[in-house]
Amino acid sequence: MSEAPIYPHADVEICPGGPMLVRNAGAIRDADGQVHRVDKPIVALCRCQKSARKPWCDGTHKLLPPEKRPQ
Amino acid sequence: MLLPEPRGALTSALFAALRTSPRTQVDVCVEPSDLDDATLALWVLHELSYRGFDDVDDAAEWDLGALAVRRRLEDDLERRMRERYAASAARPDTGDLAADLFTYIEQFEGPSLARFVQTTATRDQVLELLKWRSIYHLKEADPTAWVIPRLPVRAKAALAELQYDEYGGGNPNQLHQNLFTRGMRAVGLNEKYGRYVGEAPTEFLEMNNALSMLGLHRRLRAAALGHLAAFETTSSEPSRRIAQGLRRLELAEELAEYYDEHVTADAVHDQLAVRSICGTLVDDEPDQAEEIFFGAFVCMDMESRAAHAAFARWGVDA
Ligand code: FES
Repeated sequence: MSEAPIYPHADVEICPGGPMLVRNAGAIRDADGQVHRVDKPIVALCRCQKSARKPWCDGTHKLLPPEKRPQ
Repeated sequence: MLLPEPRGALTSALFAALRTSPRTQVDVCVEPSDLDDATLALWVLHELSYRGFDDVDDAAEWDLGALAVRRRLEDDLERRMRERYAASAARPDTGDLAADLFTYIEQFEGPSLARFVQTTATRDQVLELLKWRSIYHLKEADPTAWVIPRLPVRAKAALAELQYDEYGGGNPNQLHQNLFTRGMRAVGLNEKYGRYVGEAPTEFLEMNNALSMLGLHRRLRAAALGHLAAFETTSSEPSRRIAQGLRRLELAEELAEYYDEHVTADAVHDQLAVRSICGTLVDDEPDQAEEIFFGAFVCMDMESRAAHAAFARWGVDA
């Protein structure tokens, strides 16, 4: 019998064209130095700079043309 | 909840039979009067697997006669959905499932109820829409919960992560269904589960039937997840618009907050659904790829039909 695989898994994930997923964070400091408490096990941080709810992703990246989205 | 009012020959016969089950087995061969009648019948038969009805014995869920009717109605619904999928635009196929699925979902065009709520809808129209949508929101995430045991390891872990958030991360106050309940009460609607089924148009019930059917059949597990991916991917932006519309109409803040919550939550969920759930499922079970796109189509097609129906009722050009 083959061994059960160990799957690569990360707490932080960069999503091509979209946000960064962060797991198990206690607080996030945004670009203005403001600290946001995190009360969820997983959050999405905006990488495209266009979110109206920064530092969180609000899906706005989908309205950008593909070449303007974060890599 | 009690059984709703029948809407035709099939629901009349079926509801009468359900009330006397299990003393007498359900034995109904009546043809539905129309699609509305068929759709309500299937909605009720599926509901037996969720919370049930106060005037139907719990054992009716597995009554062979009731299952026979359900099967006929489901076969018909699935046939219609597959026909529409086959006639729709082909899906992209570059070999990168996540990118293809995002593109496919973004390219689908349908009328937007959210945009209408944001800019134009009257208070009465919004309240009516909330009643119809409550059929889904009060069991939000439940149909997809049935899929968890049917998945390989990675997709299962990822779906559990998503569902954990839908169910409030262990906090009943944060359970999404419950956030909606509070919002309904705050705007003066009756938040009782199933209260507005009787008022829901065919298309809104059918949208729920499709989701329940995908969740209840292991055979359709990948379609259920494709549906989830499309649902989550098309949620953040419309939720933002709806929250704006609710504030424009000065409807209770609790309800706007429900939609606010979905703006950021679903920006996480769509990534999980597309990449970690659908993406790994197709790695493990490559033959399921087409079904994922079928499920995504069903979600968007049903939403588009429901939007057309709502605009037609209100006499608004979509
Ligand atoms: S990355 Fe999603 S809004 Fe910026």
